[in-house]
Amino acid sequence: MKHVDSKAKKYGMVIDLDKCTGCGTCMVACMAENNVPFKKDETDKRLSITWMRVFKLTNGKPYPDNEICYLPRPCQHCEGQHTGHSPCVSVCPATATDYDSETGIVSQIYTRCFGCRYCMGACPYHARYFNWWDPVWPGEMEKYLNPDVSPRMRGVVEKCSFCYHRAQLAMEKAHVEGRKELKEKEYQTACTQACPAGAIVFGDLNNPEHEVHQVAQPDPHHHGRPKNPNAFRLLERLGTNTKVYYLSSREWVRRAGDNYLDSEGSASHE
Amino acid sequence: MDSALWPIGVKRCHISKFLMGLSIAGVVLLWGVVGLILCWVKGLNQTHMNDYYGFALWIWADLAVIALGGGAFFTGLLRYIFGIRELKNIINYAVLIGFICYSSALLILAIDVGQPLRSWFIFWHANVHSMLTEVAFCLSCYFGVLTIEYIPLILENRQLNKVPFAHHLAHNMHHIMAVFAATGAFLSFFHQGSLGGVAGVLFGRPFAYREHILIWPYTFFLFTWSAAAYGPCFTLLITWLTEKISGKQLVKENVKQLLAKISGWMIFTYIIAKIADTVYWALVTAPSKGFTLMDFYSNNPIYGIWILIVEIGVCGVVPAWILVTPRLRANPKTRLIAIILGVIGVCLNRWVMVLQVMAVPVLSFDTWAMYYPSWQEVATTILPVAYGVILILISYRYLPIFPQEVELNPIEPSPSETVEAMNDAAAEDAMVSNGEPATA
Ligand code: SF4
Ligand code: SF4
Repeated sequence: MKHVDSKAKKYGMVIDLDKCTGCGTCMVACMAENNVPFKKDETDKRLSITWMRVFKLTNGKPYPDNEICYLPRPCQHCEGQHTGHSPCVSVCPATATDYDSETGIVSQIYTRCFGCRYCMGACPYHARYFNWWDPVWPGEMEKYLNPDVSPRMRGVVEKCSFCYHRAQLAMEKAHVEGRKELKEKEYQTACTQACPAGAIVFGDLNNPEHEVHQVAQPDPHHHGRPKNPNAFRLLERLGTNTKVYYLSSREWVRRAGDNYLDSEGSASHE
Repeated sequence: MDSALWPIGVKRCHISKFLMGLSIAGVVLLWGVVGLILCWVKGLNQTHMNDYYGFALWIWADLAVIALGGGAFFTGLLRYIFGIRELKNIINYAVLIGFICYSSALLILAIDVGQPLRSWFIFWHANVHSMLTEVAFCLSCYFGVLTIEYIPLILENRQLNKVPFAHHLAHNMHHIMAVFAATGAFLSFFHQGSLGGVAGVLFGRPFAYREHILIWPYTFFLFTWSAAAYGPCFTLLITWLTEKISGKQLVKENVKQLLAKISGWMIFTYIIAKIADTVYWALVTAPSKGFTLMDFYSNNPIYGIWILIVEIGVCGVVPAWILVTPRLRANPKTRLIAIILGVIGVCLNRWVMVLQVMAVPVLSFDTWAMYYPSWQEVATTILPVAYGVILILISYRYLPIFPQEVELNPIEPSPSETVEAMNDAAAEDAMVSNGEPATA
């Protein structure tokens, strides 16, 4: 079998907010795919584990000028200003969360995490969740758990993995077939596939043939900042260098993606 | 009943009174232990923390006791390295308070983590880039140093000291104490600093984030500095409290004034640095991320700009001014006000750097996160206080913590004590004639 060195990937996502209807299918698909536990009472959202969470944004204007927008937020798989300097990875004392420079995915090692929650404090997107309780699935539901994803125990942190187990399965298949490279559609996250509006696209941001690259047009000279004028990343100014891009034709939505002083004009990519 | 265990030449309260004090603290301790067991057995769902408030009361308590325990390393540094001899009269107490603070901090950390049995992973799988790793290493090592500093004190108990091995060990440990004081100061510099770094490196949290000097954010230096500045205030405060409760003067006025003066100048310089840091952060760092100063202090029920004014002005500038002014420092009342303000100031700073950091929204469409602790959190936070009271009660009663106590509170020695003191003197003489130094 001929060995070809595969190029480093940078898996990422583009979410078109003009298409998102806020239906929450991505959230449900994510929970089912990743064995995310839930409780009887989920009214306190700050105690709910939602790897993918849909936020509701409003332009704050009164009727009839009021507009809303739904913004799905998975882990942004931040790269930071130099490879692996994600807000969370850089602070974890036990190396229980790691940046994979082969895929650009920020992993979480559940069996190593000892639950100090420093990473949660570090993540400005609130993408990390702590298992405050033991995971319990009602009755027969345990039979529906995904065998490819390990459930997490009480006392550790978890978060979106870009369905990394799917990448592993796809790579195994490719390996058996003697390939080093995955095809674009071979590895897709559960939320991408589930979204009925087709608002999410997923792929390798380094690969010009992939849709994510074509839509977001990441600028390699500016830490992947999008060249597409309708695209933006959340909290670009903090230097988190995320791999989730958002699209919106509406100026106020793009502006909501970051913080600006009143004196600063439009949400331009300075 | 237990007078044979008291240090020579001092008087202690009746055993029943002592036991009564111990039991009151014991009940509080027990309450804390119930909270602790609940947290360990049932998990952190016993707290009111949530996914927005992953760091809360405990981490604040941790940072606060470590800052307050800073009196130990700083006084040790002044006493043993800079050779300020007067401080030998308060160093024992500073060490004891430091020991209590640091053991409490380690206990709190053991409750705070979700998987306590895996705590050792922080050493085993250490991420050398994490400030928390640095904290864990230095904290554990420094706790070791404090234990070593505390041991000779225990061995100096009147009865223990009769055992030749204990006597010699204490004696020799005293001789090499400068080495431990230097090690302690070095370790403290790093863990106090890295605790500041814990918040300062959070580039995802503009409220906490600070610019860096090499790999260390400004908060690194500010935390070390403030611990050295305010730690002695706490030593002085607890000394004052002990004097009030025991009804005796235990440390001479000149020693207190000296420590207060050093603390005053440290607070004075610290507060200048803190103001400079705040101005730079408000005018340069935060705006570069799209935030104005008032974004951090509005639209929420608690965190108004008052907190900054109280921390820097009322609890920083005021105590610094009082303690550097000889007349005000000499007046016990104003000095007491200054040290109380100082203690509040450093606790408030640590509160802000933990709890307010978690409260401030970063995403433009997010809201402030508020939190109040559960009783289990309060109980386990008070637990170390009760434990500290117990340790102080026992140590004060049975160990010669205050070298000036005998001189300041002369009593008629009982006949048995006179005989004992004479025997001790004879033993010391014998040692001298054997070629060993007589005093520690
Ligand atoms: S979004 Fe949060 S959890 Fe995900 S990589 Fe960034 S900092 Fe880490
Ligand atoms: S909670 Fe776990 S993953 Fe997060 S910083 Fe602590 S050990 Fe690392």
